[in-house]
Amino acid sequence: MTASATTRGLPRAARVAVIAVPLVFLAVFFVYPVLAIVGRGLAPRWSVDLDPLGEVVTDAGLRHIAWFTVWQATLSTVLTLAVGIPGAYVLARCEFPGRRLVRALVTVPFVLPTVVVGSAFVALLGEGGPLASLGLDQTLGAILVAHVFFNYSVVVRTVGSLWSHLDPRPEEAARVLGASRLRTFREVTLPALRPAIAAAGAVVFLFTFTSFGVILILGGPGTATLETEIYRQTAQFLNLPLAAALTVVQLVAIVVLLLLTSWIEGRQRVSLSLRAAAETVRRPRTAGARLFVGANLALMAVLLGVPIGVLVLRSFDTPSGFGLDFYRALGEVHAGSTLFVEPVHAIANSLRFAVAATVIAVVVGGCAAFALASSRRRGLDALVSLPLGVSAVTVGFGFLIALDHAPLDFRGSWWLVPIAQALVAVPFVVRVMTPVLRAIDPRLRDAAATLGASPARVWREVDLPIVARAALVAAGFAFAISLGEFGATVFIIRPDEPTLPVLVYRLLGQPGPLNFGGAMAASVILMGLTALAILGIERFRAGTVGSF
Amino acid sequence: MRRLLLLALVVTATVGCFAAPASPASAASPTTITLVTHDSFAISKSVLAAFTKQTGITVKVLQSGDAGAALNQVVLTKSNPIGDVFFGVDNTFLSRALDAGVFAKYAPSSLSTVPKEYQLDPSHRLTPIDHGDVCINYDKQWFADKKVAVPKTLDDLTKPAYKGLLVVENPATSSPGLAFQLATIAKYGDDGWRDYWSKLRSNDVKVDDGWESAYDGDFTQGANQGTHPLVVSYASSPPAAVYYSKPQPKTSPIGTMLDSCFRQVEFAGVIKGTEHQAAARKLVDFMLSEKFQADIPLQMFVFPARDGTPLPAVFTKFAEVPATPLSLPPADISAHRDAWIAQWTDTVLR
Repeated sequence: MTASATTRGLPRAARVAVIAVPLVFLAVFFVYPVLAIVGRGLAPRWSVDLDPLGEVVTDAGLRHIAWFTVWQATLSTVLTLAVGIPGAYVLARCEFPGRRLVRALVTVPFVLPTVVVGSAFVALLGEGGPLASLGLDQTLGAILVAHVFFNYSVVVRTVGSLWSHLDPRPEEAARVLGASRLRTFREVTLPALRPAIAAAGAVVFLFTFTSFGVILILGGPGTATLETEIYRQTAQFLNLPLAAALTVVQLVAIVVLLLLTSWIEGRQRVSLSLRAAAETVRRPRTAGARLFVGANLALMAVLLGVPIGVLVLRSFDTPSGFGLDFYRALGEVHAGSTLFVEPVHAIANSLRFAVAATVIAVVVGGCAAFALASSRRRGLDALVSLPLGVSAVTVGFGFLIALDHAPLDFRGSWWLVPIAQALVAVPFVVRVMTPVLRAIDPRLRDAAATLGASPARVWREVDLPIVARAALVAAGFAFAISLGEFGATVFIIRPDEPTLPVLVYRLLGQPGPLNFGGAMAASVILMGLTALAILGIERFRAGTVGSF
Repeated sequence: MRRLLLLALVVTATVGCFAAPASPASAASPTTITLVTHDSFAISKSVLAAFTKQTGITVKVLQSGDAGAALNQVVLTKSNPIGDVFFGVDNTFLSRALDAGVFAKYAPSSLSTVPKEYQLDPSHRLTPIDHGDVCINYDKQWFADKKVAVPKTLDDLTKPAYKGLLVVENPATSSPGLAFQLATIAKYGDDGWRDYWSKLRSNDVKVDDGWESAYDGDFTQGANQGTHPLVVSYASSPPAAVYYSKPQPKTSPIGTMLDSCFRQVEFAGVIKGTEHQAAARKLVDFMLSEKFQADIPLQMFVFPARDGTPLPAVFTKFAEVPATPLSLPPADISAHRDAWIAQWTDTVLR
């Protein structure tokens, strides 16, 4: 009945397009390359050889790696949700000065290159660091803290974007009828938020499941996950059969997870009554409420602020006192070399790739979100998220052998970089937009139709404002992801057009204070750019779309 | 309006699929060739421009990952080569690269200017371009302040005086880490190297995943001012530490333990199956030319392979080069590499 939803007012061609666009995109740029590289490993001469899969199942070392991968990702997800959900509430529902700024700032960690954050965490937790006494250096604990740092904003934004539009009246009714605060949360709020929480949890799990830099830098040398092992087997040993077997294990684990979350999300699909964010936000009135807000802000300041603070401090802390030497050095030290770029060019490259990736991700992800909101398509739902859970090196090497013949000869083209970044961003676009689209109350449409609006007009006046708002939030996310994206880019063979993260990585690879300081300075520029982009999008969304 | 939006969607999707053949990679004009290399490759733009001016050939540089990843991508695309020339095979990957059969035979006439010790490919498919040494670096200040003698030999590192002072990289994930492991294998042989590492382990050697964590994170002269005054890095790290400081110090803050060095040689080759064989050969020639060779040190912080190439002052003043670095035959490395890494992991990490 409510399958009605979002695409009903659209012409048939559009309804076909919303499914076809994501399917074609993912088929060409994900399924085909991954099948090609896995096929090369498991069926090199058109005869399938499953021995490597047997090896994964029987080898104790590999079994341990698979187990540890799932274990650390599960712990990371639970921890991030536990810390992030209260944060989502504070930023979605509580009015306090500087709220918008804080909301933009919490997104910054998400886009930082792992090499940079890794070095900040090592500086804090490592031997000789101020927090060395915690004993987290080269432990699972360090991995978990870093994963929470990176993924906090996924929970805050995904859960928060639904929470800020949730009608507060059912909660108020429950409270008036005598339910405790906790009971109200458990029985009224939580069920309404469940789709967004499941979505956020799935994304965090996928991200930490395939985490690479954090595991290597903070986990210590004995720590291996499926992702680091696939990298080693593919990039170092060219042991494609074993890499392919590990990729299959990765895929199976992810498909199970995605079906599970899709089931949780779908089990209770309530049509929520959504309100404008401005209507739901409250100034904290009681001392308890103020304490809650304060505690969460303090947590954000410590968890997110301290590592970032370390980076900023170091970018100014030159051997000759505080100053701008490292920023100046960015443009001077490697002038004239092919390896290094003027920071201005790195910024320009980053912005160009980010705009391209955002457009691709919003078009593809937006279509998928429409398709998913109008009727349940579990296959498509799982498919759009799969790229998050598959190793970047698998996709990069897959591009190389799959996209090498006309009409798909993309090798050496700069387009591959934004496409790879869009693969990472599409799941976010889908997961930000779908819960909002799905929750549009069909009665609103029915009412509009009853009052004589044509289907097109219903779509324009009921759906579009909500859609536009969700699309802008999603675009901000996609843009930020693309700005900081490094993992998927590095394994794509690409023309020499370094982005800011690539510049950071290159500087870190050379000794000497000017290189390290330069890397910190470039990271600070990247952070600033991200914060600006997100602030801009938030402002734009508040200014033109208005409330609904 | 909505139709327009729709049209835009469809156009975006189709353009994505079909506009590609016009991309420069496949429609390369005869005078553009592609150099495939790793992420650390660097050369002055003016030097590449000089090549173009001299020959009319434009060089497009494609980069991907580290040396291993970049080489493996070339091996994978053997049947449909992605470029014309590859730079960045080192001696630890040499035999694998040759066995894979992805390089065409070519011996530049200027190969005679390269000392015999770097000419490790008798089949003349890979041409030596540069060399460097992976060595243990030490923090001069630290040893002076603590009045501890600087270790001289690999054996010294197992003594109690140096307990907990050395940080190395994991050979499974790091190229200098592997080179240092090979140094110990070259020094102590098949029978002795695991025993040596057991002793290092008892002496609290620290292992990091990569060079950045070890040097910037744990080395006392690195950015974090860590707690380890001995680190596996390069013979070119002392000049780099001077060159990348402002103001530049009079002496380098770090020194090199010359007995710990393992020699790395980097090669370039013409990729088999290239349609631009003559142009590709010219690029390999150019890489051995005086102009390119003289540009190498300050771009990649390694030493030019060509004999008699003038070195920049920062190298002649601050770099110490081992007279007889440790080395292993490339075929041995290729045959045992995976097993050695697995044994190392068992010995040091388990």
